[in-house]
Amino acid sequence: MTTGETPILEVRDLEMHFPIGGGILDRLRVGVRGISLDNPVVHAVNGVSFKIARGEIMALVGESGCGKSTVAKTIARIYQPTGGEIHVEGQDIAGMGFSDLLPVRARMQMIFQDPYASLNPRQRVRDIVAEPLLEQTKDAQARKEVPRRIEELLARVGLNAEHAGRYPHQFSGGQRQRIGIARALSVTPGLIIADEPVSALDVSIQAQILNLMSDLRDEFGLAYLFISHDLSVVNHIADQIGVMYLGFLVEHGPRDALFSKPRHPYTRALLSAAPSIKEKRDTEEIVLSGEVPSALELPSGCCFRTRCPFAWDRCATERPQLQDVGEGQTVACHLIDAPERDTA
Amino acid sequence: MTKADDHPLLSVRNLRTYFHTFSGTVKAVDGVSFDIGQGEVMGLVGESGGGKSVVGFSILGLIDSPGRIEDGEILLNGKDLVTAGEAALRDIRGRNVSMVFQDPMTSLNPLHTVGRQMDEVLRLHTDLDARARHVACIEMLESVGISRASERLKSYPHQFSGGMRQRVVIAIALLARPGLIIADEPTTALDVTIQSQILKLMRQQIAEKGASMILITHDLAVVSEMADHITVLYCGKVVERGLTRDLISAPSHPYTRGLIASIPDATDRQDRLSQIPGSVPDIRNLPMGCNFRERCPRAQALCAQQEPELMPQHGSLRAACHFPLAPGDTA
Repeated sequence: MTTGETPILEVRDLEMHFPIGGGILDRLRVGVRGISLDNPVVHAVNGVSFKIARGEIMALVGESGCGKSTVAKTIARIYQPTGGEIHVEGQDIAGMGFSDLLPVRARMQMIFQDPYASLNPRQRVRDIVAEPLLEQTKDAQARKEVPRRIEELLARVGLNAEHAGRYPHQFSGGQRQRIGIARALSVTPGLIIADEPVSALDVSIQAQILNLMSDLRDEFGLAYLFISHDLSVVNHIADQIGVMYLGFLVEHGPRDALFSKPRHPYTRALLSAAPSIKEKRDTEEIVLSGEVPSALELPSGCCFRTRCPFAWDRCATERPQLQDVGEGQTVACHLIDAPERDTA
Repeated sequence: MTKADDHPLLSVRNLRTYFHTFSGTVKAVDGVSFDIGQGEVMGLVGESGGGKSVVGFSILGLIDSPGRIEDGEILLNGKDLVTAGEAALRDIRGRNVSMVFQDPMTSLNPLHTVGRQMDEVLRLHTDLDARARHVACIEMLESVGISRASERLKSYPHQFSGGMRQRVVIAIALLARPGLIIADEPTTALDVTIQSQILKLMRQQIAEKGASMILITHDLAVVSEMADHITVLYCGKVVERGLTRDLISAPSHPYTRGLIASIPDATDRQDRLSQIPGSVPDIRNLPMGCNFRERCPRAQALCAQQEPELMPQHGSLRAACHFPLAPGDTA
């Protein structure tokens, strides 16, 4: 991204907060200073920024509840963000309405985690794959081309023409994920947002889908925003990686830098917790105790300090900002300023 | 169990569990045999539909109609569980053999407090009085890393997080000090940092109590860190087994090798993952000969005619393959 080319996706300070108020009586609080109304808010995403160039694969990793799927859904504008900007090929779509978004959807498509729930059980495969394309093509002449295009797409993802007339329940999980990929490809998007696309699949099938996804990237110059909890999958496929915790991006950088020199204690803990069939490496092992705090009430200062083995008083008072540590790697941790405290 | 060397704790012989469904007979487990010694951890691995969970359920006598154990023996300390009646099985479950399920939310009763569910095990399987049971529950909860245990006993399952709930399930499984624990995908529903906490806990508890474990999982990486020996299932049959280090470093069955090669590794990156082509065949309609031959790079004419038997291979391995891999073979 050293060239002046516009990134296919640029997200700036994306923020997504969900109010979970309920009725007015649920929220009513009677205190010593009179009556007040509670406004509980889930802080799912708290100011996330990154860029994806054409043909690049960016992965967001983190544990359940860290906000990675919310980032994906907010960029796909399934949610209306509460703050920040989402630039798709330079155009900000954060505030767009439904009809303005239609042409944007031809440039950006989504693949979902659950290949069972993301396909309509009452539609035949050919109708499932054709739907986004028909939605984008209103010209009668161009519509005639659609059946041929569907056939091409199914062949490209490794299904054959006779599959087109079948229903989703007649397919295995891996084949269903192929259908989902064909549907996303139908409108020739530049960006595919893939939310845990292989986590519901068996390992041998997972390898097939990951290989298909990298082939498609090479063939069509696709960029992916790849959401996953599985570091080994991410290491395999991604060019750059963002690590999320409690709605914050805590570390971000090129894959090799992040895997060889993880700086944030959370990234290091994630890496050392991942089970491996290789002989256990002898490097530092940070074992985390406790669990992720509630996104309803974020900890003061650093979001990770409640589980961090290095936390000191500064971490409770000051929220660390992402800072550059070289080679395009950025880390949000006070340890960068105080390396002597890093005792692992 | 002073004569642990004489016979294994659990010996499964030629187990066949079939499900007679409307669309045909599903041979979920078809002639599976294995032994587990005192204090051993055995990994039972395979893909979805391999029959690994059904093996676990069969041991505990939890197979319901239309399923049935058709044949075989399950010897626990020499006593056959297949022919044991329901009353005898009820006594064994929880006391001698206990189970940890994948989903800690559905394996706990949402209507009862954690304390009551823990107490039940001790009430059924020990002679302790109420006070002693209460103390034992608190000690067990503390030993699985749950603080403020006496307060937490009064909590309901929904008041715990996923990792904490799985700790409770493990505590319940360990309460009556069973000799064998069957853990069916115990960490699959958990995050990786929580998974490593739970695995560490299970390892430590099993070593402390001298129990044996069957670890059922699809995750070879988890099994390679936990198990002493591994049994690989494919379409209801054992295709390979052996000591963990032999099986992981130089598998002799092409299916095992395919499984290992298709795992992306967080510490070592290849450009392209090797993949096993195709998918698991329909178990109601298995091919003639070897079940794996349609996906196997080494298959030859013989594989279509004759089903391979489990035969000794290099090291500690036994594999059911006509053309097994030697260490160092690449194709």
